[in-house]
Amino acid sequence: MVKADAVQGESSMRMSKIVRTIADVMFPFAMVFGIYVILHGHLTPGGGFQGGAATASALAMLLVAYGSIDILHRISEHKLTILECAGALIFAGTAAIGLFRTFFYNFLANTGSLFGTYPGYGPNGGDLNTGGVLPIMNIGVGLCVIAGLFAILVIMAYATTVKEPEEKGNGDETKGGH
Amino acid sequence: MNAETILELIYAYTPFACVAALIILGLYCCIVRRNIIKIILGVSVIESGANLFLIAHGYRTGSVAPIYTLSPSDTNPLNYALPIPQALTLTSIVIGVAVAALMLSLAIHIYRKYGTLDVRKITKLKG
Amino acid sequence: MQFVEFISTHAPILILAIPLICAFLTPLVSRISDKARNIFVTCAIALSLATAVLLALDIYANGARTYVFGATSPGIVLPSGMNLPIRIMYEVDGMSIFMVFISLIVALGASIYSWAATDKYTGKDRYYTLLLLMVVGMLGMELTGDIFNMFVFFEILSISSSALTAYYIEGDSAEGGLKYMLLSAIGGLFVLIAITLLYSQYNVLNMAALASSIQYTTLDIVALGILMTGFVMKCGAVPLHMVTPDAYTVSPANITAMLVTASQACLYALFRVSFTLFGKSIIENMTYGTVGIILIVIGVLSMFVGVTMALPQHDVKRLMAYHAVSQTGYMLLGVGVGLAVMGDSSQMDAFGYKAMEGGIFHIINHAMYKGLLFLTAGAMLYMTGTRDLNKMGGLGHKMPWTAGFFIIGALAISGVPPMNGFASKLLIYESVYQFSPLLSIIAMVVSILTLASFVKVFHSAFMGPQLSDYRNAKEVPKSMIVGMCVLAAVIVVFSLFPDWAVKTIVDPAVDALLNNAGYVHNVVGGA
Repeated sequence: MVKADAVQGESSMRMSKIVRTIADVMFPFAMVFGIYVILHGHLTPGGGFQGGAATASALAMLLVAYGSIDILHRISEHKLTILECAGALIFAGTAAIGLFRTFFYNFLANTGSLFGTYPGYGPNGGDLNTGGVLPIMNIGVGLCVIAGLFAILVIMAYATTVKEPEEKGNGDETKGGH
Repeated sequence: MNAETILELIYAYTPFACVAALIILGLYCCIVRRNIIKIILGVSVIESGANLFLIAHGYRTGSVAPIYTLSPSDTNPLNYALPIPQALTLTSIVIGVAVAALMLSLAIHIYRKYGTLDVRKITKLKG
Repeated sequence: MQFVEFISTHAPILILAIPLICAFLTPLVSRISDKARNIFVTCAIALSLATAVLLALDIYANGARTYVFGATSPGIVLPSGMNLPIRIMYEVDGMSIFMVFISLIVALGASIYSWAATDKYTGKDRYYTLLLLMVVGMLGMELTGDIFNMFVFFEILSISSSALTAYYIEGDSAEGGLKYMLLSAIGGLFVLIAITLLYSQYNVLNMAALASSIQYTTLDIVALGILMTGFVMKCGAVPLHMVTPDAYTVSPANITAMLVTASQACLYALFRVSFTLFGKSIIENMTYGTVGIILIVIGVLSMFVGVTMALPQHDVKRLMAYHAVSQTGYMLLGVGVGLAVMGDSSQMDAFGYKAMEGGIFHIINHAMYKGLLFLTAGAMLYMTGTRDLNKMGGLGHKMPWTAGFFIIGALAISGVPPMNGFASKLLIYESVYQFSPLLSIIAMVVSILTLASFVKVFHSAFMGPQLSDYRNAKEVPKSMIVGMCVLAAVIVVFSLFPDWAVKTIVDPAVDALLNNAGYVHNVVGGA
């Protein structure tokens, strides 16, 4: 922290202590909500993208409170790239495992194993253990969106803070999942 | 034509009037405005219009949102609305986020290079 | 044998899945070394191309193939007894596989070329990820049989290609990238609105099922107009061509070559919509003449405006970009004449079929020679550091390979007799002359002006004494030469055996476009 302050000097992007404390307190709740939306993607409105966006906005709250330079001390952009690719690979890989029938074949649904309970017909309370490969794909998309969206936000915040132009690619946020 | 039918017609056509208004407003914004950020906002407004258009077509009178866990327990399963238009809208929103993020980050680079966002002054590429 | 059978069964999706999965593996592979990543990316594209060849052999022998995601049949029976094809499915016919070849061959050349061309830059792992995603976007648009899926891939293509255009922020690339993205985004939203209009009336997104049920109401005509506007916006034809030169000028050369194929993927979507989706209803309502003439007018305007704008340019890539607009006009003219006489079988046999052969053959020729020309322009930029023709000169002494490739490309684009460009242009001239002599004469004049323009480029860049500024210039690195070689080899093959090329790959594509009843039959059945 001290080091980051020294780098930025007077024009620090950190907000006041009140804002930082509130952000610290709210952060776990926002994260839990985002993860809830991801995990319940096959039962309630939402899913990988929506939950990922909620989680990324929780991270964006920290970004606003602490400034991009502090955040980049904690997590490098490189790690976010790896996370993003891992998420996308979970999605595409799960689809590819289904190739013994056809691509995107839901080989876990209604088998009784992981996520394989038969869902009830009509209104019911919902069972998390249904949906076959859908929850797995939601988790993959969620990871991809959290990392991708957060990387875009961090890079944009960093780009507007630092004065000299640096050579930087633009975040790619491309998923064809639907 | 009594008051009730007129009211029904207004209910039925309001979403589509909104769609037309949003799309025309967005196109106007894209064509007439000179500030890059406002042009990007214009694209977002057109996108909202397109999304509203999709979702308005998914509406069915007397239907229930297609969510098993939140619907009343005496819902007839045949009364659920078709979830496809909603899924399409979600996909289109995802794409919209990516497009907006990309265009805004390019706008940042343009602002850094030219010191302005006025399209009349950004004319290196022409002819 | 079982393995070949497996590949053959799943070929339509493997063509797409290989680049998609490799795109996200690229950042991991690039931790090993740069060389490993370069080879990995090229292998991914080559593997996909091999799968496409396998699939093509099957399609030419046994007709169009369908592939359904997640189940074996596209339909689902609702509780009310309705049977709708709701699953996402791919339908691959002669036209699709033809476009897949174009995209993959150019991508192969471009990826080899970029090994050395991006030497001095950093952040290449994401660059290659985006490059592969761009390939995925093009392939998806060309393979899919579902119109919303086509929209999704259209947007993936737009996002990845404009991000690549502006990937290396130098000069005006951010400006070009933003303009490209803006037009693509508006075009994409037009497509989405039209899809909504169709979906709200017929409740299906599957193109075959839509084609069989379209009634050609006023709303459908509006939807056709909006769809065509959306796709024309991105394929770089005239009323909306302003972005094409800007984006092509500033993007890295190998990406420019791929932007050409990206615009052709949108051209494919335009043809698919007007021939397959609306083909039956257009014929039944006798409006094929009107729709065809719209395409012809756009085509002729593109040809003429493109070439006249190209003549005064002194920026080499901008000049070539205007020629790309002009060449797009030839394809629209050829296919437009075919569409204009689609319902009239006597005219169709007399010249319509030949015009379409010319238009479609011109697509692959254009992708190859314009890709090659952009790559040579990139080589000039690599060595001289400028795109300005007035500052270049005498490069022929030091860069014989580049000069040779430039000659091949320039002769092909100007339609000089032995080259492939002549073969496709001759088909267009002959057939269009029977439709309207004036159009044919315009096409020939444009071709002559193209030749004049490229003679100018060759003279000012390669001829003349060596300039002192470029005393140290030498031939570009090997990988760039190999990349150009890939495209030049295709041009030479097509120049030597144009008849073989037309018979083998172009005719199935034309047949696939005209046979919309077959396209529908593969999915819906008896209809």
